[in-house]
Amino acid sequence: MNKHTAGGVGINPTEKSPTVTDQDKDIIKKTVTKFLLPFIQLFGLYVIVHGELGPGGGFQGGVILGVSVIVYALVFGLKEAQQRMSVKTKDLLVSSGVLVYGGIGVIALLFGGNYLQYNVLLPDPKFASTIGIMGIEIGVGITVAAVMITLFYETVRVDDND
Amino acid sequence: MIKHLPALLIVIPLLVAIITPLIGRINRALSWYTATITTFISFVISLSLLKTVLEQGRISYWMSGWEPPWGIEYAIDYLNIFVLIIISFMAFVGAIYSKKNIDIEIDEEKKPFFYSVYLLFVTGIMGMTVTGDIFNIYVFLEITSLSSYALIALGKKRQALLAGFNYLIMGSIGATFFLLGIGYLYLMTGTLNIADLAVRLPEFYHTKAIFTAFTFLAVGLLMKLAVFPLHFWMPNAYAFAPSTISAVMAATGTKVAAYVLIRVMFTVFSLEFYAQAPFNIQYILLVLAVAAILAGSIMALAQTDIKKMLAYSSVGQIGYILLGITLMNTNGMIGSLIHLLNHALMKGTLFLVVGAVVYRTGLTSIENFRGLGKKMPFTMAAFTIAALSMTGVPLTVGFVSKWYLSVASIEIGMWWLVPIILLSSLLTAIYFWRIIDNVWFKPALGEEGLEHGHDNHRKPKSNDAPASMLIPTFTVAMLCLVFGVFAYGPVSLAEKAAMILLK
Repeated sequence: MNKHTAGGVGINPTEKSPTVTDQDKDIIKKTVTKFLLPFIQLFGLYVIVHGELGPGGGFQGGVILGVSVIVYALVFGLKEAQQRMSVKTKDLLVSSGVLVYGGIGVIALLFGGNYLQYNVLLPDPKFASTIGIMGIEIGVGITVAAVMITLFYETVRVDDND
Repeated sequence: MIKHLPALLIVIPLLVAIITPLIGRINRALSWYTATITTFISFVISLSLLKTVLEQGRISYWMSGWEPPWGIEYAIDYLNIFVLIIISFMAFVGAIYSKKNIDIEIDEEKKPFFYSVYLLFVTGIMGMTVTGDIFNIYVFLEITSLSSYALIALGKKRQALLAGFNYLIMGSIGATFFLLGIGYLYLMTGTLNIADLAVRLPEFYHTKAIFTAFTFLAVGLLMKLAVFPLHFWMPNAYAFAPSTISAVMAATGTKVAAYVLIRVMFTVFSLEFYAQAPFNIQYILLVLAVAAILAGSIMALAQTDIKKMLAYSSVGQIGYILLGITLMNTNGMIGSLIHLLNHALMKGTLFLVVGAVVYRTGLTSIENFRGLGKKMPFTMAAFTIAALSMTGVPLTVGFVSKWYLSVASIEIGMWWLVPIILLSSLLTAIYFWRIIDNVWFKPALGEEGLEHGHDNHRKPKSNDAPASMLIPTFTVAMLCLVFGVFAYGPVSLAEKAAMILLK
């Protein structure tokens, strides 16, 4: 696993021992990124949750959420990004998103419906449908975001073997 | 819960596949247990479904409770339960067998991922088999393909990456053709449910769009099935994949592609379509089948690497399966379905034996098999049984399917197919004899001189494969004999399936 934490070589080669001038050079993009990130993530969440009513959904929202971490990695370097979103966490998220999706299906089974028939989950079938589909969109979103991050981490890391 | 078994069959391996890497975090050895237990559960579910199908006929399960054709339907009848039993059994055998095999053929740290992808592969093939929705077949086809690219590329030799990549290119083209075909079907009928398609399609049979759809579907599936001119991805893929994967893919992957071809040709389309198609589809496929049977056997003769030889032999055997399908009569279909079972058992055994040899000697050249009969007697006995069965010796399964295929050819007046089947059997006998001769009748390399004068003093030490490899291999080899003698069970099931398909 230490391959992954090898550092952000290739994106931001000047990141080790930043001098004052380096910080000055980066200060605009760092500040802007820090300022924008919450809004990007909020928008991602909105697209996920609002997916069943408007354009968007788990996949699109997940991509936006994933991009927020990727932007952070691009600006602050891979090392910094992996401190915030470690390889372990994102691996866990990749699995857990699918588990949320599949789990909702299994819970529907336990409540006496068919697989993924989530309108049986609550007394009011319409409300249960809304909640069920939202849960599924969230599951999709988590996995897509984590997979986006995985793709980025894997593309930019410097392999020790080659 | 019995009612939900069709869904659980797919959901359990899918979810466990996701959890496996997390379990692997705790302890890498645990991932083998999860994979084995999961595939065992799938096998048991398949058996229970078989019982239900035999008692009640077709099972229809509505995903999320939506009524077909609006929702996705999982439909299980005599045809797919037959295929399902084969693939879930072979997946289970493969999982048990993999324990020792993976130790030497895959990097230690990749083990949990191997089992995760393996379970995804199993999910994919079983999903393709049980689903009653043609687009759903495509989705599962992609799951199967993507996981098999990864599994092949996990092989330790560097060529494994190239083999996986070649398969990726060919497989993606095949899957895209299949998807285009589905697109045309949807365009004309507005439905994706297979049962519904079967009802709505006949009125469009004369249109060019439907003919195009059929062509795309057939070419895409023939590519996945590795029929002769489209087989180029297969030999390298089987040769460089880890042995377990060669065995499981040979025993299940192509079988499922054959199943989907049968499903598309005889459930989605019907015999009526072939009668009014612009040109004779039956003859085209027949030529392909015969070419595959002969070319596969001839190319197998030329190989020096056993895994490649078995892969080319698969090309020939797939020709038999296609032959039975294209004869389009009951006996041909029975022959084809029985050959699905047979080939899964025989090729499964052969690849499992090769895996055991690799475990003990690390080599896969045919030359290296010299004298192995004394070192690994039980493994080589299994090999011999499977080789005899491949040749089609009576009392083995190989005989049953060749018999049905020959009878079917004569029935429809194509008696000239019988000499071809015989010729191919002869070629099969030749290329297996090379190995059997090496195994039983020649001393091991470098031990020739010891033959004379030392017979009484020196007995080669038996160093057979470990039990976790030997038992699965031997069980599958024994099944080759069991179903060769008691062929009634599978044949009656295949006959029921053929009846539905050719009604």
